[in-house]
Amino acid sequence: MCRGPIDQASAIGKAPVPEQHVPLIVIGAGTAGVAAAITAAKGGVQTLLIDENPLGPDVIGLDVPLHFGQRANAAIQNKDRMVERIVANNPGLMEAFEAGIDVALGTYVFGAFINGETVHSMPVPMLGLADGTRSWMVSFDRLIVATGARDLAIAFEGWEKPGVMGARGWHSLVRQYNAFSGRRLLILGSGVTGLGVAQDALRAGHEIAGIVEVEAAPVGPADLVAQIQDRSVPIYAAHAVRQATGRAEVEGAVLVALDVNGAPIEGSDTTVACDTIIYALGAVPNIELLNVLGCHLEFRGAAGGYVPVVDAEGATSLAGIYAVGDCTGLQDPQSAAAQGEASAGAVVRSLAGDAKPVPHAASPAASGMSLYEYWQRWSRAEIAASGWDVHVCQCEEVTRAEIADLRPPRYLGARPAEMSGHNLRKLGAESPVNQDQVKRLTRAGMGPCQGRRCREQVHMLLSAVTGTPVETIPLATYRAPVRPLPLQVLAAFEELAAVRDNWVAWFNIPSQWTPHWEIDYAALETVTRKTGIADK
Amino acid sequence: MNVRPSSGNGQGAAVVVIGGGVTGLSAAWWLARGGVDVLVIDKGIVGWEASGRNGGGAAHSFSPLFAEEQRLWPLMDEMLGYPTEYRPKRIRVALTEAQLDYYCRVADLATSQGFRWEKLDRKQLKELAALVTDEAVGGVLLHFGGQANPQRTVQAFAWALQDLGGRIQQHTTVTEMRRKGGKVTEIVTDRGTFGCDHVVIAAGPQTGLLAQMIGIDLPLAFARLEQIVTEPVPLMKMGWVDGNGLYGRQTLRGNLAFGGGPHDWIEIDGMRAPFASSTFVMRHLAKRVAQLFPYAAQARVIRSWAGLVEVTPDGRPVIDRLSDPDNVVLATMASVGFGLCPATGHAIQQLVVDGKCTFADLSGFNLERLRNVAPGWREKRGWLPPVSAA
Repeated sequence: MCRGPIDQASAIGKAPVPEQHVPLIVIGAGTAGVAAAITAAKGGVQTLLIDENPLGPDVIGLDVPLHFGQRANAAIQNKDRMVERIVANNPGLMEAFEAGIDVALGTYVFGAFINGETVHSMPVPMLGLADGTRSWMVSFDRLIVATGARDLAIAFEGWEKPGVMGARGWHSLVRQYNAFSGRRLLILGSGVTGLGVAQDALRAGHEIAGIVEVEAAPVGPADLVAQIQDRSVPIYAAHAVRQATGRAEVEGAVLVALDVNGAPIEGSDTTVACDTIIYALGAVPNIELLNVLGCHLEFRGAAGGYVPVVDAEGATSLAGIYAVGDCTGLQDPQSAAAQGEASAGAVVRSLAGDAKPVPHAASPAASGMSLYEYWQRWSRAEIAASGWDVHVCQCEEVTRAEIADLRPPRYLGARPAEMSGHNLRKLGAESPVNQDQVKRLTRAGMGPCQGRRCREQVHMLLSAVTGTPVETIPLATYRAPVRPLPLQVLAAFEELAAVRDNWVAWFNIPSQWTPHWEIDYAALETVTRKTGIADK
Repeated sequence: MNVRPSSGNGQGAAVVVIGGGVTGLSAAWWLARGGVDVLVIDKGIVGWEASGRNGGGAAHSFSPLFAEEQRLWPLMDEMLGYPTEYRPKRIRVALTEAQLDYYCRVADLATSQGFRWEKLDRKQLKELAALVTDEAVGGVLLHFGGQANPQRTVQAFAWALQDLGGRIQQHTTVTEMRRKGGKVTEIVTDRGTFGCDHVVIAAGPQTGLLAQMIGIDLPLAFARLEQIVTEPVPLMKMGWVDGNGLYGRQTLRGNLAFGGGPHDWIEIDGMRAPFASSTFVMRHLAKRVAQLFPYAAQARVIRSWAGLVEVTPDGRPVIDRLSDPDNVVLATMASVGFGLCPATGHAIQQLVVDGKCTFADLSGFNLERLRNVAPGWREKRGWLPPVSAA
């Protein structure tokens, strides 16, 4: 319903027709997502479970959504074979099939579109989906986001070489795809994640060159540490990575010992032979879609950064939108299934019209010793060990020093000397530090990986340079499409005549473009109603 | 002009500019260049909203500020001392004869003002813009106009202003303007009160609310628009190449950044900037960019953004030195502010200092012309968000 007429150039009445409507969509077929989908299906709710695996080789090559580090072998080129492997290696998927759930594999969710403060044109909430060839929309009543987490990366010299990857990227290639091409691993981080990679690698018959830890002693549970040490895996405590060596790809790593203050000890460099270096420092929640939707987020250091504010059933600040599992900053795989089940329970109840409010229990996101503080120690150690001239943003090739100096990108050939007065520290002294502002000035985070490899380390760098606490620096925003998709894929859909026929480049106010010497203000009302001159 | 001490803490200025968008920053910079003590107040970060996110084009041949816009842009990097990524000229690609005819007619508006343009055949077009479709019937090459990077430009203005001693007060919201006699003498904010001799109100969508504080009615409607950006693709010889219902450019980095298409009319809720997200329109933009540049159709879309703009009933700017209070300049560029900003700032500076603009006839930008706009004009045109059925 509209007051008065509808502006034909506006978005009203032009939303796409969804190809399908489902009462519930679950995004992500990990532990939490599968549990949610099965619970909802058992509760009689028609459910669509979407998972982007198997990913297209081009997306894997961009380190999206995980840091794959060019360590996937040629098997990933064969999509049919990969579908078989994804299903075979995820028992949850089989269960979902058996529960009668509609499962869409190899399907990217590039956006989520709902009405809000500045959007009034969506008749129903929709998700934008795509595969390797086309894009389409599906509508939903309820949405459960179970998009998991990715790994924190921190730059050192040579980290852009093939062979530097994240623990989750490694797990995915080893477990889901059986397509990992490395042999000898150096693991960064001695916590649960790093020790877990070590255990799995040993089981799979990979060699482990060592585990590097900037803290004075391993940080994981003592029994796990002992098990790993029993297998003669060297643990380099109080060490950082100076550089990854190798010509075309990683052939080794230069480690440096740190003193009690975390400073590199002169002459302590050690070279370790390895073909793969794995970031296993902990999980960064995948909150892209939640951010795009406008869910209320908050910074929780122990949860790995910005996470959605959710209740015990995963309900976010937006009606009908739930978040479960690692994307909520859970950091605890044991409770992921329970969380998925709880949110599906809430969905079943709400769709049945049982809107009985549940007690707003505390968020299940991790608390306690701050993971982010641990990451900041790693960040400081790596800055000390590898310096200010390494690229933190691989896509746009921006160094730490360039961020600190707010230097314009190199392609402009600007004269950095003239910029010296206006650097990051000065900007921080004048107003609250904002990562989006720094991003636009330096381009750090503006490349095809969509800031997945640098967002958190730039965040920590801004904090370190300006002395601003990390929790007060706003999230560098995510934008749709949350997967980097080719123009031709997004473009492959049937355009509605209503959109095509009423397309204008910029409003439809003819007097806006009428030459100033021709404007007759007395006849204004007439002029604005004519439509001849608009740029169609 | 003398600096008038402020009531509390002595932080006032001869001129207080409310709104740190590209118009306010340019005005402040021009004032500071003339030795005027100036303070810019912004509710958030300078250049944050539509000023830093827009098409980046600078070729407004329909505007009385056109000649000054064209004179200034090639000088801006040097004058500001920071890069704006300005590059001259523009190509408009026609996919139909009707479009070509239209582009020629529009281009001709500049001829009478002493600017040159030429028609391009398909071969000439492809020579300058290799990614353009073979289906194009031709295009026009404007030997005027140009493009700059909006975010870099607003920051350049902000830094250049500071280098001249101008001050910027961010994260500060104006709550009241106090009058004494026929003048505004104090700007009250959530972070103190600032004395002033003159005020410039150039606050984008919030300009109307601020005008209301001094009893001035400025009819505005508000809309959300969006753009998409691809990963970098090989550079065409010309950067500003658009058509197919799109506006936008290839950046110096190589990204294709384009907007156009349906907008959402919205409401503004006080001084707060609402959450602006992109919509289904991004697929339509992708389709049109792929049609225009099929040789880049494999380029990945890596980002989109949405921005909020205000428009007047006739879609034209208001740049007016008010008569009561007589020390206030009101400025809204009605959604077409970025490219004109060097000239707009210059005009505002003259209005503040001399009371009139010497280089352009701004009579068409006065507020008076909108005096008879009837209440309910937005509703009558459908320039309001729909009423929720719920």
